[in-house]
Amino acid sequence: MDKETENAIEIIDLKKSFSEGDYVLNGINLQIPKGKITVIIGFSGTGKSVLLKHILGLLRPTAGSIKILGKDISQMSDSDTVAMRKHFGVLFQYAALFDDMTVLENVQFPLKEHRKDLSKAQIKDIAYEKLRQSGLDEKHYNKLPGEVSGGMRKRCGLARALALDPDILIYDEPTTGLDPVLTEMVDNLILSTHNHKEDTASLVVSHDLHAAFRIGDYVAMLDSGKVLLHGPPKVFLESDNPLVARFVSKGVNKK
Amino acid sequence: MSESVRQRVNHFIDLVVVTLWKTFEEFVFEVGHMVRFAGYSLRSFFRKPWRFKEFIQQMEFIGNKSIFIVVLTGTFTGMALSFQVYLGFKLVNATSLTGPIVAMGIARELGPVLTGLIVAARAGGAMAANLGSMRVSEQIDALEVMGVDPEEYLVAPRMWASIVALPLLTGVFDFVAMIGSYFLCIRVLEMDEAIFWDKTALWLNPSHINEGLIKGAVFGFIFSLICTYRGFTTKGGARGVGDATNRGVVLSMVMIIILDFFLMNLIEVYYKMTA
Repeated sequence: MDKETENAIEIIDLKKSFSEGDYVLNGINLQIPKGKITVIIGFSGTGKSVLLKHILGLLRPTAGSIKILGKDISQMSDSDTVAMRKHFGVLFQYAALFDDMTVLENVQFPLKEHRKDLSKAQIKDIAYEKLRQSGLDEKHYNKLPGEVSGGMRKRCGLARALALDPDILIYDEPTTGLDPVLTEMVDNLILSTHNHKEDTASLVVSHDLHAAFRIGDYVAMLDSGKVLLHGPPKVFLESDNPLVARFVSKGVNKK
Repeated sequence: MSESVRQRVNHFIDLVVVTLWKTFEEFVFEVGHMVRFAGYSLRSFFRKPWRFKEFIQQMEFIGNKSIFIVVLTGTFTGMALSFQVYLGFKLVNATSLTGPIVAMGIARELGPVLTGLIVAARAGGAMAANLGSMRVSEQIDALEVMGVDPEEYLVAPRMWASIVALPLLTGVFDFVAMIGSYFLCIRVLEMDEAIFWDKTALWLNPSHINEGLIKGAVFGFIFSLICTYRGFTTKGGARGVGDATNRGVVLSMVMIIILDFFLMNLIEVYYKMTA
């Protein structure tokens, strides 16, 4: 297997500027390998969300490239980008469930859109399987998102993200604003989901250093639009970079 | 004039010119963006996957659920207009023209305009609020990353349903307004029924009704474009949704009234050219 196919995502010298000379991303180089959990951390305003939007093809880079499963998404046509997105499963910060659909319908939605080869019964079976995998009790399946708790919404959001068996799972600030119990539940959910399908690349964007150390095989810290440090969690503990040390100490103290 | 006063005046003029230019630039940019948004959304309706189910749902929401309020408003508008026209014509002893004048006024002007305003307030406001809350709660982003085109899935069915539903509702408004007019003129003011219908049939052309229906379709397009665009481009949280809804409804209503004048002239010119 060559290097390109080992990495689910490969970001090469990515730059993004919204106004001339002011770079939000200023030369990002990062590899997200298959079968591993990579956590991107950083202070607010360091470009994490902008980077995520580039990976998802929602923004085009000013310079550089992003290879998703070996294909450069920054050079793709709109229709190819849409097709490429079927390889992603995304769990949004607040789950982003469609509030006029039930929990079950939310999970069925991507299947109905993209798996025209499946019958209604097959779609229902897959949705049930994904909801069970996410640990959601059957009695909630016919409820609207507004009628279930925040933790259940996350589980439903994860089941929806898993519906198409994606090659890349992205978690956008999955634990922001959650209490410690719920945070641990979400972390465990990420781990168990990852263990369920081991060749999936998982990318978690988070502020939570404690969670990053707990679930991440690799951690990348962004600062001023660049990757400040990238490696296994232990390199962060050993780093003598003052910014990393400050982030680590705040993260550890917070817990 | 001292040098410092001259400098301040120059500075003020600079400021005014720059502000006006920036406002103009923003306006042109927004109009351009809206034209692209409208063109893309309308075209996307004719690409696979077909959104027929969503179209029917929107027709039900925009059309069916507006019928009651359209019937109510139409009936009372027909009666009120008839009474005013009757009082006016009574002064010149020409009350027999009440029916045709009311019919023409309703079919060409009040029918499409009032229907447009009612539906823009009811359905347009709901569209802007619905899409706005989907935007701020990342539901539109979720659609996009799921490989579903949100303009094709959310906007196109709403726009086409508005374009189709508005002429139908205008037709309903025209019909019930004439029923209201008939009730007031014949049953209350005791005018001659045969003269009322004969004169109306004599003066009211199908082209007058068509004019109203065309206006209805244009108003349907305008309010759905403005409200879906406002909702789709909502920024911020709950306040942003409120602003988008407010601006969408107000701008739709203003545009319907302004456009009515230009459409009236445009259609008149067209009829003269094709006569």
